[in-house]
Amino acid sequence: MAPTAGKGMPVDKGVDFQEQYSELGEYAHWLDTSVLLPIIVAISLLVLALLIWVMVRYRAAANPNPSRVTHNTAIEVIWTLVPVLILVGVAVPSIDLLAKQYKPAPADAVTVKVTGYQWYWGYSYPDNGDFEVVSNMLDEAEAAKRGEPHQLAVDNRMVVPAGEPIRIITTASDVIHSFAVPSLWFKMDAVPGRSNEKMLTIKEPGVYYGQCSELCGARHGFMPIAVEALPRAKFDAWVRAQGGTVKGDEVAAAAAPAAAPPAAPAAATTTSAAQGAAAAAAAPAAAQ
Amino acid sequence: MTTIAANPADLHDHDHAHDDHKPAFFQRWFMSTNHKDIGTLYLIFAIVAGIIGGAISGLMRMELAEPGVQYLQGWATMMQGSEATLDQAYHMWNVLITAHGLIMVFFMVMPAMVGGFGNWFVPIMIGAPDMAFPRMNNISFWLLIPAFLLLLGSTFVPGGSGLGAGTGWTVYAPLSTSGSVGPAVDLAILSLHLAGASSILGAINFITTIFNMRAPGMTLNKMPLFVWSMLVTAFLLLLSLPVLAAAITMLLTDRNFGSAFFNAAGGGDPILYQHLFWFFGHPEVYIMILPGFGMISHIIATFSKKPVFGYLGMAYAMVAIGVVGFVVWAHHMFTVGLSVNMKMYFTAATMVIAVPTGIKIFSWIATMWGGSLSFKTPMVWALGFIFMFTVGGVTGVVLANGGVDDNLHDTYYVVAHFHYVLSLGAVFSIFAGFYYWFPKMSGRHYSEALGHLHFWVFFIGVNVLFFPMHFLGRQGMPRRYPDYPEAYAYWNEIASLGYAIMAAGMLIFFINIAYALVAGRRAEGNYWGEGATTLEWTLSSPPPFHQFETLPVIK
Repeated sequence: MAPTAGKGMPVDKGVDFQEQYSELGEYAHWLDTSVLLPIIVAISLLVLALLIWVMVRYRAAANPNPSRVTHNTAIEVIWTLVPVLILVGVAVPSIDLLAKQYKPAPADAVTVKVTGYQWYWGYSYPDNGDFEVVSNMLDEAEAAKRGEPHQLAVDNRMVVPAGEPIRIITTASDVIHSFAVPSLWFKMDAVPGRSNEKMLTIKEPGVYYGQCSELCGARHGFMPIAVEALPRAKFDAWVRAQGGTVKGDEVAAAAAPAAAPPAAPAAATTTSAAQGAAAAAAAPAAAQ
Repeated sequence: MTTIAANPADLHDHDHAHDDHKPAFFQRWFMSTNHKDIGTLYLIFAIVAGIIGGAISGLMRMELAEPGVQYLQGWATMMQGSEATLDQAYHMWNVLITAHGLIMVFFMVMPAMVGGFGNWFVPIMIGAPDMAFPRMNNISFWLLIPAFLLLLGSTFVPGGSGLGAGTGWTVYAPLSTSGSVGPAVDLAILSLHLAGASSILGAINFITTIFNMRAPGMTLNKMPLFVWSMLVTAFLLLLSLPVLAAAITMLLTDRNFGSAFFNAAGGGDPILYQHLFWFFGHPEVYIMILPGFGMISHIIATFSKKPVFGYLGMAYAMVAIGVVGFVVWAHHMFTVGLSVNMKMYFTAATMVIAVPTGIKIFSWIATMWGGSLSFKTPMVWALGFIFMFTVGGVTGVVLANGGVDDNLHDTYYVVAHFHYVLSLGAVFSIFAGFYYWFPKMSGRHYSEALGHLHFWVFFIGVNVLFFPMHFLGRQGMPRRYPDYPEAYAYWNEIASLGYAIMAAGMLIFFINIAYALVAGRRAEGNYWGEGATTLEWTLSSPPPFHQFETLPVIK
């Protein structure tokens, strides 16, 4: 899939967040644009206006005799309590966003295990035959040839299904890296000896770029991330092309030992209820 | 704030000959026990370190001015004396960002604020003849010299992919342990050990001095706000630095003696290092700004000809910032994989800090309200400080939200935030304090015109330099990158232009100082007039070598 210009990547002279393509990303972006940004701009302008006012009104020429007022309990209570109320107001959506971000992925979600290496990424699919895709940055010429942005383009992307929750598990093999995709509002450190898990739902197919976001040595700036979200059927086809399996394949293979996977059109009729949905999606892909 | 009963300047004239008996050059400057001389040494040290740290950021802005890697390989080749590979060039970048951070934090801001202004004015403001432990004061300063040399020396020895320590100022394990082979990181760690020991000794000295050597009548609640700020700062240093020392000692043993504190394969945890580091690191950022709060309070009051508004609120706001500063550290670690409860707690706790900070901002404005303002050089720096610190503060409220930080963490938005509170906050307050007290320390006036020009050029420069970083960060540009996609080119070029403007401002500063020292008008005792009410204004400029041999009495 070719990337769409300006989607899932920074834009020239951009000042805002990248356009968001995950549900929680849209919520978080709303929190910034509609709550935080207006408040911080208003506070900054209020302080600026007060400063300009005192500089003009109380300059020595305009006010030669200074007052000796050093206390005003009422105003001190006000400028303590009003910020408290503003912060409480901010905290409500902020805490809500956090709670949503920590909702675990459903049990049958596709799992991608992201491993940071010095200096490239590995994406393995433990529920799909545990194959690993190794992802390295493309050099400038190759990126240009493929019509992708330099510094962001990679040889092998992390491919995931669009429109459904996926489970991302990050870890690292040497030092700490961080798996980050700005247009999905996603950032999770990859720490050796730990696995961090987080749900991600990408709303629509596309290519979404990111970059390692924890200093990891010499080529820290040269291990970009490219997430390619595909419709479910195409994702299943991609998995099989990698030599992996899609849920339901094994059952189908057992039912029809003569048919070699991934060509298993009979799967839809033989799978159990739990696997039915996945297999139904898999069948047309296999047929293509 | 305080009124002086007897004018100590009169007393001082009485035994002038004895007061001003100064030791010979070597003894005076290399074996010093005089708080003012040690303060001067600290200030000179901070200026030298600031020039080096600032030059390093110049190299960084030069490389970042346009996409692609233009200069790094040449610089790395120069450093190692043989043709540098691309990896060695990239490592050089990491060495630059590490050195810039460590130098500016440990060898510029802290020595200037705590060692320089603290040493000079805490004893004078509380009416004491000197610090409580003058010889310990001397060793505090002289420990900084080998610390700085160790850090500079580390750039000439192997540190992994190339020469020098490229771990970032945070020295995260395991990049700093198994990830950096060679002695460079060991030297950098030892440098931090020495700088930390220096600061701990200094903190003990300040606490003892402030608690025991206040002039008769100066209760804690009459103490000038700068002294309050130094008292809180000293406690933060005393409580946080030992934790840093422990953390980096564990790094050393992990690196050299086979321990596994931060090595998951041996049962350790890399995240433990981050908890320890930021338990120190967050109070550290308040260590860098609190003395500035103190100085700004005096400057605003002086040039408004009005006492500070809400003195007690100001003092206790600093205490509150210091206390809360110890329980918010994990907001630096929002993406490491904290539990949801931890992330919610640290989000809420971090936002609380905005309250006492807001009290300070509004109290400064209230101090000016109804005052009679004169816009001398220190005052324009102080006004610049208030607005720039507000801008840096409100982006801190954005970053405090753990869910929002998921996108901004480790991007240029964070770089913009902490340069607004430090480079435009702490550094503005250092310049404000410097212009406020320079004639007091040197006995010479600088040029007001050049001081104002310095302010405007520097003010425009740093804003052009750092404001576009908010945009870069929101667009997702990560920190600590020597190269970037074409889309980030526009704002990076503007930022580099801002650096050039800022550097021109610094040139004006140095010209002004040279002018003052060579041809500056002599300064009288209280050259700011009726608004300046603290004890240093009762002394001559510069003050006698030993002041207050007869203690002043505070009503």
